Amino acid sequence: MKLDYILHLADDALIMGHRLGEWCGHGPILEQDIALTNTSLDHLGRARSLFQYAAEQFNSLTPELKSVQFSSVALQALVSEGKPLDEDDLAFLRDGWDFRNHLLVEQPNNDWAYTVARSFYYDAFNYLFFTELMNSTDTTLASIAEKSLKEVTYHLRWSSEWVVRLGDGTDESHERMQQAINELWMYTGELFDMTETDKAMQAEGIGADLSKIKSLWIDRVAQVMEEATITIPQGKWMQKGGKSGRHTEHLGYILAEMQFMQRAYPGMEW
Amino acid sequence: MSQDINNKNEWPLWEVFIRSKAGLDHKHAGSLHAADADMALENARDVYTRRMEGVSIWVVESRHIRASDPGQSESLYEPANDKIYRHPTFYNLPDEVKYM
Repeated sequence: MKLDYILHLADDALIMGHRLGEWCGHGPILEQDIALTNTSLDHLGRARSLFQYAAEQFNSLTPELKSVQFSSVALQALVSEGKPLDEDDLAFLRDGWDFRNHLLVEQPNNDWAYTVARSFYYDAFNYLFFTELMNSTDTTLASIAEKSLKEVTYHLRWSSEWVVRLGDGTDESHERMQQAINELWMYTGELFDMTETDKAMQAEGIGADLSKIKSLWIDRVAQVMEEATITIPQGKWMQKGGKSGRHTEHLGYILAEMQFMQRAYPGMEW
Repeated sequence: MSQDINNKNEWPLWEVFIRSKAGLDHKHAGSLHAADADMALENARDVYTRRMEGVSIWVVESRHIRASDPGQSESLYEPANDKIYRHPTFYNLPDEVKYM
């Protein structure tokens, strides 16, 4: 159960980091290109800490539990050979249905406004989430949360400023920011969806209470959008599924690109 | 240095000064483009402090800097060449005094 919780957090960090990393060399201006890849590396750093912790948890499971944890073929092969898994195995050899990230973070970059909107929704969530997770009874998660909060505070500052800059900018930038905010809105509901894992982890004092975070998130998002002259979407229907392994088609493309090298040349280092 | 206000595609240039640790002065680190002062500070953070170079950042728009004319170097700086008495080189320092 705790392993699922850690993997969900790790997958969010990995996929978000990968998405932002796709901007490398494509940013609208050198300085913002560097800003996004810096942020990407913050997410990837957090992903590494979490995957290392997840691997540690996995390797201490009983053989029976190990054999049913993942349905990814490549991981099952390693498990049946009795080999321990490491952070790279979890990142590069897992299939899409074993990924537990939010649908929001796998959405494509599209344009600058979409990238900003996705970051803004996620950063606002992360900021509140890691503030809560710092109180976790699990000391490893609490310390990862403490380190992450410093990084995420800056991420949120960056993305909030861009929402205001574009929203309260020219007619065109306002329109495009509003459109990105509208279209990604339906992926925000899943951020607060309490799965069985979330409920169990909260009960044990390990995980955060997402319903508590929800109202704070809405306040924070509304405050920035008001300054940005952006209208808060009113849609009630929300997409979900990522936290249970049901993803949008975009995840498959990310994994194909990200995992190709390790799949084609197993164990290669460079 | 004049700024072309008609060129809307180009963000203005800023000069960045970084203090490497408390107690030291800010030193010129380089320049960058940004739409305003807040963005210039953030860009400076992302571009110039990634390797723990700083604890404080100053930014100033490049057009506000008035630079001396290299063509006037002779009259500006060479007159100091023969005023060696301005350097306190003729004091004998006791061995006990360090860091001078």
